[in-house]
Amino acid sequence: MAQRLMRLIGTMFGALLVSVLPLTAATPAALFTPGEELQVERAATGRPGGRLVVALRAEPRTLNPLLVADAPSREVVGRMTGDLIHINRLSQAIEPALASAWTRSKDGREYTLTLRKGLRFSDGHPFDADDVVFTFQALLDARVASPQRDLLIVGGKPIDVKKVDEYHVRVSLAGPYAAAERLFDSVAILPRHLLERAFMEGTLQEAWTTQVAAGAIAGLGPYRLKEYVAGQRLVLERNPYYWKVDANTRRLPYIDELVFLFTGNEDAQVIRFQSGESDVLGRVGADNFNLLMKDQTSRRFQLADLGPSLEYNFLFFNLNDLSGKNLPQVAARQRWFTDVHFRRAVSLAIDRDAIVRLVFKGRGVPLWGNVTPGNRLWQNTSLPRPARSVADARAVLKTAGYSWRSDGALVDRQGQKVEFTIATSATSAQRTEMATLIQADLKELGMDVRVVPLEFRALLDRILDTFDYDASVQGFGGGDADPNGEMNVWLSRGTNHYWRLGQKQPATPWEAEIDRLMQQQLVTLDVPERKRLYDRVQMIIAENVPFIFLATPHVLVGARADLGNFQPSVLDHYTLWNVEQLYFKSQARSNGR
Amino acid sequence: MKRAVTVVSVLVGLHLLILLAGFVAPYDPTTQVRTLPFAPPSRIHFVDAAGIFHLRPFVYASAPDGAGDYYVEDMSVRYPVRFFTRGARYSIVPGIESDVHVAGVDAPGRLTLAGTDGYGRDVFSRVLHGARVSVTAGLLATLCALFVGTVLGTLAGFTGGVVDRIVMRAADVFMAVPWLYLLFAVRAALPLHLDTRAAFLLLVAVLGVVGWARPSRLVRGIVLSAKERAYVRVAEGFGASPLYVLRRHVLPHTYGVVLTQAGLLVPQFILAEVTLSFLGLGIGEPEASLGSMLGTLQQYHVLASYWWMFAPAIALVAVAAGYHALTSLAHDRARLVAS
Repeated sequence: MAQRLMRLIGTMFGALLVSVLPLTAATPAALFTPGEELQVERAATGRPGGRLVVALRAEPRTLNPLLVADAPSREVVGRMTGDLIHINRLSQAIEPALASAWTRSKDGREYTLTLRKGLRFSDGHPFDADDVVFTFQALLDARVASPQRDLLIVGGKPIDVKKVDEYHVRVSLAGPYAAAERLFDSVAILPRHLLERAFMEGTLQEAWTTQVAAGAIAGLGPYRLKEYVAGQRLVLERNPYYWKVDANTRRLPYIDELVFLFTGNEDAQVIRFQSGESDVLGRVGADNFNLLMKDQTSRRFQLADLGPSLEYNFLFFNLNDLSGKNLPQVAARQRWFTDVHFRRAVSLAIDRDAIVRLVFKGRGVPLWGNVTPGNRLWQNTSLPRPARSVADARAVLKTAGYSWRSDGALVDRQGQKVEFTIATSATSAQRTEMATLIQADLKELGMDVRVVPLEFRALLDRILDTFDYDASVQGFGGGDADPNGEMNVWLSRGTNHYWRLGQKQPATPWEAEIDRLMQQQLVTLDVPERKRLYDRVQMIIAENVPFIFLATPHVLVGARADLGNFQPSVLDHYTLWNVEQLYFKSQARSNGR
Repeated sequence: MKRAVTVVSVLVGLHLLILLAGFVAPYDPTTQVRTLPFAPPSRIHFVDAAGIFHLRPFVYASAPDGAGDYYVEDMSVRYPVRFFTRGARYSIVPGIESDVHVAGVDAPGRLTLAGTDGYGRDVFSRVLHGARVSVTAGLLATLCALFVGTVLGTLAGFTGGVVDRIVMRAADVFMAVPWLYLLFAVRAALPLHLDTRAAFLLLVAVLGVVGWARPSRLVRGIVLSAKERAYVRVAEGFGASPLYVLRRHVLPHTYGVVLTQAGLLVPQFILAEVTLSFLGLGIGEPEASLGSMLGTLQQYHVLASYWWMFAPAIALVAVAAGYHALTSLAHDRARLVAS
């Protein structure tokens, strides 16, 4: 614990110490151009060279930063691109990136960003304000249909980005927006000289597929594309123009080549890592993590349990408006689901500790709210955390008019036996296990619950479209720590408002209240006030239990023992967020194998 | 002869074990003991920590160590194995219920002969109950397939003509259908909330319906050749009715084939049930079936860490091998009779 705290403090200082060094002299490590405004990473010192192999679960779908929606694409594209303002993955605070400084106007609607001077894209072309303006133009273009587009629409209007001069841009928002700086994180700045033509012709959404030639793609990230072999691997090479240097003014990154292999699933990733074919292991489940722990020393791994993630797993009931759907049986069961006492009783009966112990092998924490302990800034620690009590749950059901038959089965006021189905994804063993534990817990209340694992697409279809299900176990979170990332879950019209989708008007007073609070926190610039508003949201959710929160797993990652500067974080991307600082400690590895 | 006795007695023994699953199994197959996930099989001791020999075998309670992945035995209290103890209620066939088990130990000791699964459920008890589901499904599906197959095969072979052609073309179609995908489709079309008994019957019906084609072709062939024999012609000449000829002269020829088919189909259908449950299309949690138990072995950590989770595979091999031995015995005997 103390060690982790020290490491955290260390990096925060590292981030603070980042300064601007105009470099004129050429150093042996790399060629510097005069006036190049580089960022110095004080924390980083390492040995250059080597080749890092990472096993991906699936093949990336695209290399176009505008269209990235899946995790493997994000993982690869994130290494090839840079953003203006960055969220430090360890401190969860913002820090300068391509923008070395910025100012906010008094009303909070206007930001002026100062860009680093003299930087070059990975193909050697200079970077300036035109590239930034172009990037936002492309992102906001409806034809491109970028998944990031919605995030950049503030107060109903797209944000406006204007060039002030070669190295300054002004960003205007239609209304005040809390933590607007965080919007810039992961917005990859695009090279105008390569993409403008496609943009003009309206073919930007077809540019930079995985078939793109290495010379036709460039970015401001630590790596650039070298080779793509469909179905096998993707190789990135060191970007010689990258804009960060280490304490010895050696240009980063250290490692020459980054190889992504496509493996198929988590077990295959683990096997590759175990056999030494890959060097870094992204997030794994606790069971596989424990398996690797057994030969941690003999095989020379460094495995890290980073504590609670931001992901929350929950059970929820189908409260959707079923008028117009021909689902009489589900509609009949909704009589129970819509009763808050029923949901509270279910929540009380669930053995969260058992979920942590059996599903996450002790590497997790039980949850009673949507913000996990992994989120350092926003968790409402005063939420009630009632211990599991079947007796209390029965008392709640009794006051709500439920009773028990002589065979122990729970019946409602009309004498109807309480039985329902929990649908889970067949590919997620963990969520199916959670559902199986819940099934046994609820049996103690006299509820007859079935667990039905479904193919993932079929499950989503039921939850999002047909509404033909009773209940399901799902998980959310893991993106940013800021409450704004949760807007589409809690707003009644949100696309992830799973329990009742497609609301034009809030269906209940408490959903209306959440809508109001979430909108208000969005435009509140004062941080303690925002925290107060979001605390209230968490409390309302806990009281009305639309989601019955279960547990969050720890973030579990690993790497070869000789990988230096390996500082995994609980935020995405867990292991490669500081890829430019990674290096091999041993001479043999840094010289290539 | 000696071999026949061995094979048959082994098979009968296995089926008795399976039939009396509730009696032989020390625990209820669905009871979770959440403090004991993936506990290895209990060690049966005769000599205690102090080195004293006890005639009555005993076990120690085990508890996870600090890290949670290893179990250590608590040597302070012995839990002697008791025979014919009372425990969870079970039914042997619907109507016959009991709570007497062959063996058990006093709580909190646990007699887990084949360890526990991820929910702390007793794997040995689950294998017995799971085998009951799988084997019963196999037997019932075989009966169903053979009945349909024999009736249709006899009908086709004996009447000939259009009926024959229709039945045989239908058989071709059924043999050509990729039944696994058919089953996926059938399951997807059914409502989510299907109780265990309905799911089981559905499984049996589907397997039986899909499996009738091969026996029906074989039966048809035999019926075709039998009805042309001279003595059948003679009997017909003497005015025997078709039904009499069928019963007296034709059908007896098919018994050998039907029995051999039964020996082949039972393990095949058991495997089919296992496949379906393995893929999550059969009996759902918390009920056990050999297939759903083997399904957990798809996870790498289970495969690599907990060898006792292979217990259902051993049971499956034993049952399937028993039936194959029986079939080859029947085959040898048939050859002997023929020569």
